[in-house]
Amino acid sequence: MGIRAKITPAKFSAIGAHAILILIAGVVLLPYLWMLLTAMRAPAEIFSSPFGLPHDLSFLFDNFRRAFQSVPMARFLLNGAVVVTCLLVLQLAVAVPCAYALAKFDFRGSKLMFGAVVAALCVPIQVPMLPIYIALAYMGALDSYFSLIFPFAVSPFAIFLLRQQFKSFPDEIIQAARLDGFSEIEIMARLIVPSAKPVIAAFAIFSITAHWNDLYWPLIVVSSETMATPPLGMLFFRDGDVGTDYGSLMAGAIVTVLPVMIIFLVAQRQFVRGLTMTGLR
Amino acid sequence: MTAITIPIAGRRRPGNAARRSASAGWAFAFPAALLLATLMVAPLLVVFGLSFTNYSLGATDWTFTGFANYQDMLQDDRALKAIGHTAVYVAIAMPLSVVVGLILALLIQRRQKFRHAYEVIFFLPATSTFIAMAIVWQFLLHGRIGPVNEWLVALGLSRVDFLTDPSIALVTLSCISAWQLIGQTTVLFLAGLASIPQDIYDAAELDGMDYGWDRFLRVTFPMLAPTTLFIVVTTTITTFQAFDSIAALTKGGPAGSTETLLYRIYLEAYQYTNMGYASALSVVFLAFIVLFSLVQIFLADRRIHY
Repeated sequence: MGIRAKITPAKFSAIGAHAILILIAGVVLLPYLWMLLTAMRAPAEIFSSPFGLPHDLSFLFDNFRRAFQSVPMARFLLNGAVVVTCLLVLQLAVAVPCAYALAKFDFRGSKLMFGAVVAALCVPIQVPMLPIYIALAYMGALDSYFSLIFPFAVSPFAIFLLRQQFKSFPDEIIQAARLDGFSEIEIMARLIVPSAKPVIAAFAIFSITAHWNDLYWPLIVVSSETMATPPLGMLFFRDGDVGTDYGSLMAGAIVTVLPVMIIFLVAQRQFVRGLTMTGLR
Repeated sequence: MTAITIPIAGRRRPGNAARRSASAGWAFAFPAALLLATLMVAPLLVVFGLSFTNYSLGATDWTFTGFANYQDMLQDDRALKAIGHTAVYVAIAMPLSVVVGLILALLIQRRQKFRHAYEVIFFLPATSTFIAMAIVWQFLLHGRIGPVNEWLVALGLSRVDFLTDPSIALVTLSCISAWQLIGQTTVLFLAGLASIPQDIYDAAELDGMDYGWDRFLRVTFPMLAPTTLFIVVTTTITTFQAFDSIAALTKGGPAGSTETLLYRIYLEAYQYTNMGYASALSVVFLAFIVLFSLVQIFLADRRIHY
């Protein structure tokens, strides 16, 4: 009896907690469920019973085929992949040496530079974008990969994050490497960068997600369908003449959401680390 | 002479090394410095400058108009309303995502079973392309064909035009925004909860506070206060920058009821090409965000020393 009295409240509260969690999880997952079901069914079924189960899987292929035929969906995905890949490479190529310099070298202006990085973290990206847009318009460079990529070449967040990480790398090892005749570039590439792999991975996932999902900047600089990234492509898709074809629209939405979702599921821990490190976004 | 040169000679090696490393430092930081100057510092100066002009994209003549843009803003009903809408949006989305995030984190924290599954589920919206999910929500919340309205009717309630009723559209957008944000607040709260030392709970247990409200109010919540403040400020900054939800779901409508400050800037700058006026709005926008960011840096500083 005594044991029962002790266990029951804890068990009871555990059941209660799971009940609330499952309820909220249901609300969170509701749009995903509808997205999946809709992409698998015939248009007529969508309105008669929004959450009915699919009868015939041929509609699944049909919906996906229409998504790729009625808009250049493959092109959107390719554009997204090009933009996030180029950006990640560029951001790391710029940020890694800078972060190494700020962490381990004492040079004139290093404090000013670090101050600028921290200040840049506080600036909402939409403000400097305005003159950059004017400059790109004058250069005739709008609606191009260059206009989608170049404005984000430097990531203050990457510099800040990597500097914090590089700072903890032992100075003695760097000194020893110098005595062994390593150049500074070799020290950076062969010692410092490998030691910061988890942080670089976390930033990579963060950067890929942010730029794959970004709508603001593509909406401003891209005017043609062939240069659209997946989110902008979805907007064109919905606002086009197929906007009421929910089946293919949802197939398109799945294709847009899926790449980042897979990356997130594979590298979930790193992603969450990246998020908790966003201290100064 | 020798007495002087010897100590200098002794110091020369590190002196050289320091000089070598200083030049390497500069070389390494240079690309980032150049890009930061081109893409951040110069554009910010230009925005400030433009905010005192009547420049319009493509126009050949434009003049310095002093504070005219800022004075116009004070008379501009749409701009003032946009600031008000932004405040409402933040005032709904921020507390909702913070409170739900805290509840979820508290419930998840003690679970051994399915803990990982819950974390993944609640975080899913944060990774999903908002515009794709917005199209889903648009259907679910549709006034006539949306299933949510069918359920309301089945429950004996009246239909709600979630996205087309001017009095309710902004609230709907804020709630969808909270739906996307709870994953982040949950993860941040879980990190905060994990950092509370177990001894404090043990001590509280000795004092008879082993479960429930008492323990939450007197131990967990005070220990979590710095995390909470931090999450409140971060989420405020994020919701202040709301754009995708408006662009995807209402385009500022119905009847301008969901125009926020950033959406107004977007319209003025890129739809009407009023660069001067848009710059002035951007300066105000920047001022708000910098204010929140300074609070955040101050709090982050406090948290580190905690």
